[in-house]
Amino acid sequence: MLPTLGLLLACQLIGEVTVRGIGLSIPGPVLGLALLLVILRLRPALAGDLRPTISVILANLSLLFVPAGVGVIGNLDVLSEDWFALLVVLVLSTLLAMLASVGTFLAVRRLTEGPAK
Amino acid sequence: MTGVANLWSYLSTTPLLWLTATILAYLAADAIARRLHNHPLANPVILSVLIIAPVLWVTKTEYATYFEGAQFIHFLLGPATIALALPLWDNRETIGTSVAPILLALVAGSVTAAGSAILLAQAFGLSTDVILSLAPKSTTAPVALGISEAVGGLPALTAVLVILTGIIGAVIVTPLMTVLRIKDWRARGFSVGLASHGIGTARAFQVNPTAGAYAGIAMALNALLTSLIVPVLVRWLI
Repeated sequence: MLPTLGLLLACQLIGEVTVRGIGLSIPGPVLGLALLLVILRLRPALAGDLRPTISVILANLSLLFVPAGVGVIGNLDVLSEDWFALLVVLVLSTLLAMLASVGTFLAVRRLTEGPAK
Repeated sequence: MTGVANLWSYLSTTPLLWLTATILAYLAADAIARRLHNHPLANPVILSVLIIAPVLWVTKTEYATYFEGAQFIHFLLGPATIALALPLWDNRETIGTSVAPILLALVAGSVTAAGSAILLAQAFGLSTDVILSLAPKSTTAPVALGISEAVGGLPALTAVLVILTGIIGAVIVTPLMTVLRIKDWRARGFSVGLASHGIGTARAFQVNPTAGAYAGIAMALNALLTSLIVPVLVRWLI
């Protein structure tokens, strides 16, 4: 567990430092993710060592959003009198974004991979 | 009574109480969600918030005090993003063969997520600073806050809109895909990760590991693309 956490933190640290150091507009953790992919490419055997800890983290990803979720309840007044319009916009826009991406994904997949099995 | 007061003044100055409360609330929420066979409405984030918020209200605890304990969990969002490298690595072969669907779905989804938010908000007559705060709502919180600030939105409003978008997507993805009879886990995962960032990705991992991996890809790529397209859309549409 500890070696995995150490590696994840080291990748994040390198990502954050690089992003700030050369003023990139991408998030540090995303660069850290790319770095870990490179490390896995160089040492594929590492995947097995990382799996137990990472499986626990990803299976409980929802936990990590609880502090921010609680913050929303306390901050709902920022929505002010626009709350209903905002809620409708969020639902519709999220629906449209999902339809656009899932539709495009399936259409392009059909063109490049042939008809679905 | 002074004993209780002393105990409370100790607990309210240590991160221990709210860190413990957050983990226990999540464990209870997760148990309820499992009992309900991970029903979309039994979302663990919603359930945890519904358990904690009344406790904070009754004890008159400020969010800042709560966050002193909860920050240790919040902090793990960074390492968890990096952890997504493993499912991407595990799925590298199928990802290699679906580069075209991934990239085109990314562009279509990203433009729709930001563009439809701006246009719908205009149709509802919302003010410009609200619209600017809304545009990056489908990206992961730290990126969305950065974009919101850069285009002149209100980061505090963006933070709330981002979390709500995550929860909305996580709740509607399963019924939506079932109604549309879409069975491709890659496409399902990709769309929820794109529209609803980490909370959508958490839902995808709850349902299927392949969906989770594709949600993770969509979340990471959408964070990059949205930071490029929102400033452009804002100039065109507002």
